[in-house]
Amino acid sequence: MPKKPITFVLNGAERAAFADPGQNLLDFLRRGVGDLTPKYGCGQGGCGACTVLLDGEPVLACLTLAEAVEGRRVDTVAGLGGPAPHPLQEAFMAHFAAQCGYCTPGMLMSAKALLDRNPRPTREEVIEAISGNLCRCTGYEPIIAAILSAAASGARP
Amino acid sequence: MALHRGRGFAAVNYPIGMNLGGDPSQALVHANPDGKFTVTLSSIDLGQGMKSVVRQIAAETLGVPVEDVYVDTADSDTGPHCMGSFASRGTHRVGNAVIQAAQEARAILLEAAAEELEVDAADLVTDGEGNIHVRGTPARTITVMAAAQAAQFRQGRTIAGRGIFLIPLSDVDPETGEMTPVSCFAHAAMLVEVEVDDETGEVRVLDMKSAYEVGRALNPKLVEQQLRGGAWMGMSHALWETTEPCYPDRSHRPVDFTHYLMPGPGDLAPHHISILERPAPDGPYGGKGPGEMCANPVLPAVVNAIYDAVGVRIDELPATPEKILRALKAQGGARPKRRL
Repeated sequence: MPKKPITFVLNGAERAAFADPGQNLLDFLRRGVGDLTPKYGCGQGGCGACTVLLDGEPVLACLTLAEAVEGRRVDTVAGLGGPAPHPLQEAFMAHFAAQCGYCTPGMLMSAKALLDRNPRPTREEVIEAISGNLCRCTGYEPIIAAILSAAASGARP
Repeated sequence: MALHRGRGFAAVNYPIGMNLGGDPSQALVHANPDGKFTVTLSSIDLGQGMKSVVRQIAAETLGVPVEDVYVDTADSDTGPHCMGSFASRGTHRVGNAVIQAAQEARAILLEAAAEELEVDAADLVTDGEGNIHVRGTPARTITVMAAAQAAQFRQGRTIAGRGIFLIPLSDVDPETGEMTPVSCFAHAAMLVEVEVDDETGEVRVLDMKSAYEVGRALNPKLVEQQLRGGAWMGMSHALWETTEPCYPDRSHRPVDFTHYLMPGPGDLAPHHISILERPAPDGPYGGKGPGEMCANPVLPAVVNAIYDAVGVRIDELPATPEKILRALKAQGGARPKRRL
């Protein structure tokens, strides 16, 4: 089966790369495009480590076909922040919300999707937003605190 | 059918490190020509903060800013030997080795500075900000960088240090059975409140109150985070995580995160933590290790709370709904120990 050219917008810049038929978005981003920020955890939608935004909505890259992003916008942690870290990244650091750090990219993208549509979420809404993201180290509490703190700071680049 | 509340308590006495054939860790410290220091280890930082704590310990001992210390870990080809990051031993064993290595390096640093300043090295002190000066005479000063460069390019001197910390093998006394496998204990106590549903067998942890005695909390935020995340893992071990049962056979065992269950962010219980600091005499700057003992007391506390709530003793972990329902059936229903 021939490879298929995919043109899409990754973190604000147009990109084009070839995808294998049936290749999932996570594999396409990591190996085809070279963006290593989405992480491979379980490969079947159980852990949320590969969460990226597709037209602003959080999706599990491992369960999304690469071909589905043709002409669409994909955002990953690689596009968060500029010269300075994104307010969410600052808050994650300030609240010690990462230990091993493997879940962090997915957590950040789930949190960004939440704050983009709901800038002042309640604790329950934060919990709901990250309920598809597993973390082994932190006990979640620092992550929840970081997201609430980023929301309270109001900064939104 | 009802929800029953119960409280359970547990306390643990946690030995820091292991002692199978002796428990050593080594460290090497050397200065670079820019006056910054590298600590070389084979010890692994797997997210618990080994690099941060070792960096603090090295900076404190060398007398230089923490920013001027780089910790290079986890290459057993290039680093000195370490038993590993387990048994809560990292801070205690590796920290002590780093102190010894840094002391040796510091002594040579001061000798190099003394030669430049034409004074006795015993009269020199560091200010922790990258300067060395004569005690009581701050004007007689040289930067750590200048001293390191003098050692490197003029004196031909290596500013380096070796460190090892060893808890030797402790044999069992054949007469008394006595042995001293470890030198340092951390302590924890925990009170857990649970709610048990006698219809579904589900247990919800409502509240955790704990006191952890960790020696000196060398990095208080890291310690608190380890305790918080570790207690969550203890709760997970107590009530969720298992590769059993495997109906109808082992080939059906959980193989992924959709079957191997862990509590999610919606299953959290408030955890009120008290950190008690009783510096350990043989710990690096008094530190012990909060590593594993943060998870340990949760397991017995939870099963004690279940017993308090419905009167059944779960003696095999985790306390899954199935085990609780079977125990309740065998007992003929819930028998709360007391009304909360």
